[in-house]
Amino acid sequence: MDGMSLLTITVLAVFVGFEVVSKVSSTLHTPLMSGANAIHGIILVGAIIVAGQASDPWVLAVALLAVVLATANLVGGFVVTDRMLEMFRGRQRPPSSVVSSEEHAGKERGR
Amino acid sequence: MTLLDPTWTALLYLAAAACFILALKGLNSPRTARRGNLIGGFGALLAVVTVFVSVKLDNVPWIVGAIAVGSVVAAPVARRVQMTQMPQLVALFNGVGGGAAALVALLELSHTGDAWVRLAIVFTLLVGAVSFAGSGVTFAKLQGLMTTRPVTFPGLPVLMAVVLLAAVGAGIVVILNGSLLLALALLILGLVAGILLVLPVGGADVPIVISLLNAFTGLAVAASGLVLGNVLLVVAGTLVGASGTILTRAMAAAMGRSVAGIMFGAFKGGSTAGSTAVSERPVRSSSPEDVAVLLGYAQRVIIVPGYGLAVAQGQHTAAELALALEARGTEVDFAIHPVAGRMPGHMNVLLAEANVPYESLKEMSDINPEFKTADVALVVGANDVVNPAAKTTSGSPIYGMPILEVADARQVVFLKRSMRPGFAGIENELLHEPQTTLLFGDAKDSLTKVLGAVKAL
Repeated sequence: MDGMSLLTITVLAVFVGFEVVSKVSSTLHTPLMSGANAIHGIILVGAIIVAGQASDPWVLAVALLAVVLATANLVGGFVVTDRMLEMFRGRQRPPSSVVSSEEHAGKERGR
Repeated sequence: MTLLDPTWTALLYLAAAACFILALKGLNSPRTARRGNLIGGFGALLAVVTVFVSVKLDNVPWIVGAIAVGSVVAAPVARRVQMTQMPQLVALFNGVGGGAAALVALLELSHTGDAWVRLAIVFTLLVGAVSFAGSGVTFAKLQGLMTTRPVTFPGLPVLMAVVLLAAVGAGIVVILNGSLLLALALLILGLVAGILLVLPVGGADVPIVISLLNAFTGLAVAASGLVLGNVLLVVAGTLVGASGTILTRAMAAAMGRSVAGIMFGAFKGGSTAGSTAVSERPVRSSSPEDVAVLLGYAQRVIIVPGYGLAVAQGQHTAAELALALEARGTEVDFAIHPVAGRMPGHMNVLLAEANVPYESLKEMSDINPEFKTADVALVVGANDVVNPAAKTTSGSPIYGMPILEVADARQVVFLKRSMRPGFAGIENELLHEPQTTLLFGDAKDSLTKVLGAVKAL
């Protein structure tokens, strides 16, 4: 892709980035930070490309290290964000879906 | 194996980029946040599958093995970490991402002869290394491996200037002739700069730095996307860079500080470190039973949780107390200061873990007018965020920080370990006011006793 198109995309992405988080409530600042953190783990794509083109063993070793680090960022980031968000519950819903399904199972057995 | 054609590849990357935008968008509200994050995870999976089917790759077994290692290391840690330790985990994941971006840039140097691409490589190397080392220091501070107080020494600003000048010099040479040796030097200079950047940042400001370094890693990833000509990396990195910048500014504003003041405050000597002197002035202390009577016969109680509550792991007891009071017909809300806890928004996560519904977690701007109608404000393990000195004492380190107006409530009850001042190390005048009652002790113990006494009413 030519430089001008990349520059256009970059500038537009800046505005989208500003726009999507400008109205975020402070309630979710921690998960937002962690979620954005997970997204930049997508450097994994770059690390895979570099590792896939490596012929020298040293280059491959460094590239594989990058793959490990990027995967940790990506996988760890999404998993921990999901764990945090799972805990945010509204007033109406039951405190734990596990408990309610167990109760349900208990009723089934009792029948 | 035939490779996917470039049009389909571009479309799949575009879909992944859209997933990331939806992920950030979903995080605007607790109702949509979890679904948003799952969409983001799906986008990442889509992108990784796309790269395997669209680029001719050697060493595939090695790459798959490395991905497995990274997942096996990170997923259990992410699953088991305690919610109180969230800030350091985010710092850690951020650091390794920055490190990965720097390594990718280093390896691409031999593949290009274009000066513009080399400029992007230099930027990624430097910013990625700063983010890696800076996050490492942040992790050490939050994990208690080193002091959380600002670390400064006389030559620090000069050393920082020398390191940055050397980095600029090395960067220019790398752009001109692509020297691998100087690129390595640049990497090391970036690591040193990252350490020097975070060392002087102290105490409550450390979490803001996590957010700033998060934005840095985003920019490094965007620049590496320019290096590799990969649009997805450009878009995802830029999104994180931009949103991280906004988030950093929002957090700094919640503390009444500027980002520059946080990063360079200690250089000028105006740090957040204060004294730990204990005041001799009289206060009114009370028993758990008295506090229970105050709470049990109140119409409206607002609980103000702080980091002391999290340290004592008392969030579950606080949630139980709220339920017990609501069962008696008392209206209970939690007033959450934006920087309560160890990082902005942290207290919301801790209370959500204790099953407090998010509707009960009120933001500062919403709850402040309501303290006037509250019978009791119950402050648990918080101090600086309710300290009126932020409004009245212009010389105070927290002057200008927006606070929760607990002084407006008819009665104020503090659950505190001791008379020691908070993080910022300044005395709280509110403790000596006539409407204030203190109950000394560990937050969880005190709450348990108060809860027992409320149930016995």
